[in-house]
Amino acid sequence: MKIRVRFSKKGRVRFISHRDVARVFERALRVAGASVAYSEGFSPRPKISFGLALSVGFESDAEYLDVDLAAPVDQEDFPRKLSAALPDGLMVVAVAPLEPGTPSLQQSIVCCEWDFEVIGLDEAAITQAVSELLERSEVVLERDRKGKRTAVDIRPAVLSLKVAGPTANGVGLSATLATDQVTIRPDELIPLLGESVELSRAWRRKQWTNVDGQQLEPLAAAGDHRRETHVRDIGPIELAAAQNAAAGSKT
Amino acid sequence: MSETTVRHSTAPTVWPQLEGLLHRVSKPARYIGGELGAAYKAPNKDLISWLFVYPDTYEIGLPNQGLQILYEIINERSDGRADRSYAPWTDLEALMRAQGIPLFSVEHHTPAGDFDVMAFNLSAELTYTNVLNCVDLAGVPVRADERNIDHPIVMAGGHCTYNPEPLADFLDVVVLGDGEEAVGEITDIMAQFRGSGSTDRTELLRELSHLEGVYVPSMYVAHYDGPALRAVEPRFPDVPAMVRKRTVSDLAEWPYPKNQLVPLTEVVHDRLSVEVFRGCTRGCRFCQAGMITRPVRERPADQVRTMVKDGLDRSGYDEVTLTSLSTADMSGVDGLVTDIMNDSDACGAGPLSVSLPSLRVDAFGVDIAAEIQRGRRTGLTFAPEAGTWRMRQIINKLISEDDLYGAVDAAYSQGWKRMKLYFLTGLPSETDEDTLGIGELAKNCVDIGRKYTKRASTTVSLGGFVPKPFTPFQWFGQNTDVELQRKIFLLKDSTKRMHGVNLKWHDPKATLAEGITARGDRRLGPVIEDVWRRGGTFQEWSEHFDVSLWTEAMERHGLSIDWYVYRHRTEDEVLPWDHLDAGLHKDFLWTDWMDALDEVGLPDCRWTPCYDCGACTGYGIEHVVASATAPAGGSQGTAGPRTKAVPVTLGMGPRQ
Ligand code: SF4
Repeated sequence: MKIRVRFSKKGRVRFISHRDVARVFERALRVAGASVAYSEGFSPRPKISFGLALSVGFESDAEYLDVDLAAPVDQEDFPRKLSAALPDGLMVVAVAPLEPGTPSLQQSIVCCEWDFEVIGLDEAAITQAVSELLERSEVVLERDRKGKRTAVDIRPAVLSLKVAGPTANGVGLSATLATDQVTIRPDELIPLLGESVELSRAWRRKQWTNVDGQQLEPLAAAGDHRRETHVRDIGPIELAAAQNAAAGSKT
Repeated sequence: MSETTVRHSTAPTVWPQLEGLLHRVSKPARYIGGELGAAYKAPNKDLISWLFVYPDTYEIGLPNQGLQILYEIINERSDGRADRSYAPWTDLEALMRAQGIPLFSVEHHTPAGDFDVMAFNLSAELTYTNVLNCVDLAGVPVRADERNIDHPIVMAGGHCTYNPEPLADFLDVVVLGDGEEAVGEITDIMAQFRGSGSTDRTELLRELSHLEGVYVPSMYVAHYDGPALRAVEPRFPDVPAMVRKRTVSDLAEWPYPKNQLVPLTEVVHDRLSVEVFRGCTRGCRFCQAGMITRPVRERPADQVRTMVKDGLDRSGYDEVTLTSLSTADMSGVDGLVTDIMNDSDACGAGPLSVSLPSLRVDAFGVDIAAEIQRGRRTGLTFAPEAGTWRMRQIINKLISEDDLYGAVDAAYSQGWKRMKLYFLTGLPSETDEDTLGIGELAKNCVDIGRKYTKRASTTVSLGGFVPKPFTPFQWFGQNTDVELQRKIFLLKDSTKRMHGVNLKWHDPKATLAEGITARGDRRLGPVIEDVWRRGGTFQEWSEHFDVSLWTEAMERHGLSIDWYVYRHRTEDEVLPWDHLDAGLHKDFLWTDWMDALDEVGLPDCRWTPCYDCGACTGYGIEHVVASATAPAGGSQGTAGPRTKAVPVTLGMGPRQ
């Protein structure tokens, strides 16, 4: 059977890479007593697949992985057991069985909600820069793709962007950024607000999938009859509410 | 690992300043700690606090077992606590210096200067400048004679401490040999000293110098006759004239590490390690590790099994390495390996890989490899070390060509496609025929592989030989870098048209720098300080290594490379480490050196009568070996110690 796991990554552990997180989970699954299925062949690997990478230094409430299990686990107890085997800062929030045929995380995530802390300009200047950016119909970004420079209009990828107010060290922003078709990464977006603006912290708050035209939280997308086993925050996306998760919950 | 591992303390921490810098440096996970198994014993002024420092990057230093063992032993004591630290990479170092952030521990991010002891692990000569850099970054004077009672005691242990003289100006205390017992005794003395209310640092150091295995360089004075060393003598009658190494007689009493550290980020040996025995009496004459760690002390097989099982259960690793200098020589190793694999199958946690740090060069070695690499197969590595039988008799690595070809045939026939062969060049009395013999061996290995697969290949990894203290070759004049380079090119030319043979080699200039410090005396101190002051840190890394820093410093301080590196020593010469005792009688080593030049081999004393080298006879201990007979296969072929790789590889980091 396959399961989808939602976990958070917070605090000092934010400095470990996506690859490190994968290795940590491989070990933690073994410590927690889950029998993970292995690939066939000369070098068998555990069948675990991760969603979108989170950059080193970014925190998140909503990271996902899919695990192919050779034997079922007790779903009630499993999140706690797996969390206990994880380092401080990585915590399993929820687990749901994955219906056969559910598209992979990589294929189905369409956008992410973010909170940022930026430094380098005051709140008024940032607010000004945000509204200027949003007013533009086209924002062309030069990117290096396999050694070739290409120009991309990233404006369609900025689904929402709002100033959330002052934070401990700078100014808080909330954004929803597309991850399918035209995409933009946080570290590309922030410099567009001004040369001196620097991203000092970032929190991924939510990820959304698109299943048959409906936007669902990835655990909900795992199989809709399982909804009752999920924790909070499940429902269709409301772009306008993106800033809900603002500064209040920041660590 | 859960919330319970992190305790809050009121002690100073650099974390708030450091945190804001970490998004600007490469691999910030190096600096956050958080490993499973980390002690997190809260800072407390009443405890004797140790900071164990590995003077290279986190990835290289974290797996160091010696450091982890001592870290645990101190943290188990009610009167001690220990944290760890690693050399920050150059990007972070620059930011730390700019912002006045000192070296810190990875657990509590406590400034290094706040500890009672900074204890360095010295495993490689080219890390010496990093030792100075770490002490300096801690805000502690680099020279021992400038420190006062408020500064930590700067200590060192590890294999390089068998010639600590080049670092005599910088180290307060050196521990020779196994540290398990010594660190406790040092803690006792320091606690007593603190209780006495004394503030006389010299008194503390003098007290420590009375402990067996503890060498306090400042309690000794060196006398010279021109370039020659006449003697190193104690300054005071109560300071021992000869410092004897420590040897733990029974490994079963020390089942450490019990909580091997499992890092959050990738490190060089990212797997469970269980030490199955310590010491090696194969008697390879180039091998310092084999000489200084005698006699052989095996861990009971049952204890190994328990340590493996417990270690896998708590860490979640799917790979374990059974460490020693030559694991295939462990009594009953095949049964042990089978038991470990069966234990793992029974618990059903997915495929387990067992690895051995080196393989014996015979079919028996390959059979074990086939058994243990069921999970996942990497390439196979053998270490014949020299290209001709004549040369292998000289170095006492008595592997016949038949042994090697038998092993290689077994390996290719069981599905391996790539072999790696380790060799040394620059060995005593080496001729071009011996050097070219390396290529011939490699070519024959590929030819054997062709019988089984078209893709058969063999990589030759060639290291430059550096004569080390307390080996029969300690009297030998090292080859010049020019000569080593000539031999490398000779071999390169001859293997160019050998299809399937690849050649990799270590930079002969790094071999030269290693040679300067390996057998140097106290006059090397200013040279090391000079190299460090001119920015020569991370000399194990090819991108930072710069031989001209070393050669120019030698010149500036009026020291001759010919004298220190290339010169053959005579029997009556006083060696810089003659006042230290690694357990080996000097006349045993000299006789073995003469035997080497006569091309006479010396069988392993585990299964033949004792040669009275001194390691047992002088210490009232003996081998602890479960089997009274030599392991099956009969060959003396064993891979040399490769745990500490030769320093600089071309174009990449220091280890592969
Ligand atoms: S004292 Fe004898 S038995 Fe012990 S290591 Fe030396 S030669 Fe071998």
